[in-house]
Amino acid sequence: MATVFIPAPLRELTGGRAAVEAAGATVGELIDDLERRCPGLRQRLLEGGRLRPNLSVAVDGEISPLGLREKVPPEAEVHFVTAIQGGV
Amino acid sequence: MSAPAYQVVGTRPIRHDGADKVTGRALYGADLELAGLLHGFVLRCPHAHARLRRIDTSKAEAFPGVKAVVTAADFPPSGDRMVDLGEGETPLSYIRGNVLASGKALYCGHAVAAVAAVNVHVAEEAAGLIEVDYEVLPHVTTALDAMREDAPLVHEELRTKEFGAPGSRPSNVAEHFRHEMGEVERGFAEAEVIVEREFHTSTVHQGYIEPHNATALWNNDGRVLIWCSTQGSFVVRDTTACILDLPVSQVKVTPLEIGGGFGGKIPVYLEPVAALLSKKSGRPVKIVMSRKDVFEGTGPTPGSFIRVKIGARRDGTITAAEAYLAYEAGAYPGAMVASGAMTVFAAYHLPNVRIDGFDVCVNKPSTAAYRAPGATNAAFATESVMDELAENLNVDPLDFRLKNAAREGARRADGVKYRRIGCVEVIEAMKNSEHYRSALNGPHRGRGVAIGYWFNVGLASSCTISVNEDGTVNLVEGSTDIGGTRTSVAMQAAEVLGIAAEDVHPVVADTDSVGYTAVTGGSRVTFATGWAAYEAAQDVVRQMRERAARLWDVDPDAVEAVRGQYRAGSHRATFRALAAQLNRTGGPVVGRATVNPKGAGGSFSGVICDVEVDPETGKTTILRFTSIQDAGKAIHPAYVEGQMQGGSVQGIGWALNEEYYMTAEGTMANASFLDYRIPTCYDLPMIETIIVEVPNPGHPFGVRGVGEANIVPPPAALANAIYRAAGVRMRRLPMNPAAVMEAIWAAAK
Repeated sequence: MATVFIPAPLRELTGGRAAVEAAGATVGELIDDLERRCPGLRQRLLEGGRLRPNLSVAVDGEISPLGLREKVPPEAEVHFVTAIQGGV
Repeated sequence: MSAPAYQVVGTRPIRHDGADKVTGRALYGADLELAGLLHGFVLRCPHAHARLRRIDTSKAEAFPGVKAVVTAADFPPSGDRMVDLGEGETPLSYIRGNVLASGKALYCGHAVAAVAAVNVHVAEEAAGLIEVDYEVLPHVTTALDAMREDAPLVHEELRTKEFGAPGSRPSNVAEHFRHEMGEVERGFAEAEVIVEREFHTSTVHQGYIEPHNATALWNNDGRVLIWCSTQGSFVVRDTTACILDLPVSQVKVTPLEIGGGFGGKIPVYLEPVAALLSKKSGRPVKIVMSRKDVFEGTGPTPGSFIRVKIGARRDGTITAAEAYLAYEAGAYPGAMVASGAMTVFAAYHLPNVRIDGFDVCVNKPSTAAYRAPGATNAAFATESVMDELAENLNVDPLDFRLKNAAREGARRADGVKYRRIGCVEVIEAMKNSEHYRSALNGPHRGRGVAIGYWFNVGLASSCTISVNEDGTVNLVEGSTDIGGTRTSVAMQAAEVLGIAAEDVHPVVADTDSVGYTAVTGGSRVTFATGWAAYEAAQDVVRQMRERAARLWDVDPDAVEAVRGQYRAGSHRATFRALAAQLNRTGGPVVGRATVNPKGAGGSFSGVICDVEVDPETGKTTILRFTSIQDAGKAIHPAYVEGQMQGGSVQGIGWALNEEYYMTAEGTMANASFLDYRIPTCYDLPMIETIIVEVPNPGHPFGVRGVGEANIVPPPAALANAIYRAAGVRMRRLPMNPAAVMEAIWAAAK
């Protein structure tokens, strides 16, 4: 099982827990499992079937360019972090 | 384990573009001439916030010598959608709206129309004939004012997003986010000393010497050809194609030499406008910004309000930290507050931490990246509070930092765990430096220190290497060269090939001639494009082994290649000797690679500075300044030193002089280098440098990237030095003579 760190604004959906264990071979599958465990999370993380704009996912500390398709090793740490980007 | 011995990496060859640069032959955008070239001029809004009720271009179009006039109405009606230009997704309407205003102008300097004419003087005169009916609207130019409930709205439809949950009412706050770890209240309850302070930083510009420029030809075959000064030729291609509703293959961008960027030449301003003017006129069109255009019409870095609170036990252990960051995005969402929040406490191991970040729209130019964007503002606050805490605890400021320094395995406030980092090594190098151990004597003098962090990034890079029969190679890359990266990339290929750096001829190619390559930014080029060169060179070595095997009638696996020497059994040949026989062994050899590497290693930097403050005028004179930075591995140490010196000087300017001085009308009062004062060599001592090398395990040569972290600590280090020289804590940038005198007078009351 991977450990998903829950951003502070979303902890209302996890009963205050800062980290939740979830299963999945990819980030997308992980979010599906998270949704089963903590309903409402998917809607806050995804938009139009993709990660929300201004949101990145880091697997074991590495920001992934693949987003939902990124592979998640067992025992991985997954973070959803605000994307670093410039203005227009 | 001893460090690997390199032949090329770590040496200081003369840069490949050196002769062209010092003789003036290097081709910049303003130098470009094409047959039938027209010259463009952009009309800009003189108000901070205004509705565009009507734009009448008829008089300008009729003016002799004018060949085309465009407004936002000339953009194709492609609607709005999210577009990904390599740095995250942004609404197309924001990108397009910033290039030419539609409906409302959101800041003084916002482009509203453009003219192409036989020369720039005619174009400017004709632009003056364009009649724009402005309805001037109330404006707001600071984050705190813009966050008030009764503030004028920059975008009437904007609502605050908080991890996907939109706010209930319109607001100038585009986004609010929070990082939280541990138990913050309990941590502060355990603290024996707490310092909480508020800080303000001004809007500052990157101040690159070369203004933005673009030349475009909308060719008769439908292709759009662009020549420009940019940090990302593929970003220009993709943005222009998006705005003009063209397939990317219909746009070709040729990057010319770039006279500085520092993040400010990532956004696109002129290229789609020049293309539209070319389409209308049927001729190539060149637009070159004035310095006023650059200040008012391009992206500076955000001004900000920051509150930082840190608590510690008497033994110097930090128990909790809290930060509130409100950054001015400018006209469109996208302030660098996310990176400010992720770096504000990045240097420290904190068990209990909470950070709130706010991305706030104001009526100023839409902000752009500037060297470690967001981190300098944040470090000014944190490192000032750390200095005050160290004083309260009566400990050496570097010992206090060292005790709490982030190490491998520590978590940043956003939860991500550090891999191998050089924070401790940088602080130790500061402590052990001759500068820090030296005495500073004399009245009104003080020494300050600070540290800072920047992530660095990977992203996509492409590279090809062609072998010439004389034993040299041509290296084609897509990263525009701002800081000498032709050479730092070429050196990594040379190391693999076992040839001299001078035997690699690097070329920065157009978007038709090289695979996709992301921007020159995030300190990524030596890391990622260098990695592409490393892989492409490995591909060349593999093919050269096959050629040797063919010559010697042996299995390729039997051929060993070590530092340009190929051998199998009793056979021996150099890279050069094999290259001379390419045509007899199968023809050309071309190595290629595309990478999108993970493993970017963040870089820590530190500053020690000595100042003297004139108690009569408030002027701060820098007596000595040392920049210390972890480079991972310095591929070309002289370029690393140059980056450290450049970042330091920009940080000094940000600290002591630079600001967008805004009038009550929300316009910039100092939009020239006469009034917007950047430091010159007359203001500075030689910037001393200490390169720390903690190799990044995520790169073949250990590269971390050195372009940005060096700008982060200077403002805080100077504030701390001014405190020891003049007895006043400066919490607002810039700390110019007037501000220092005001503080001295206030302290004397």
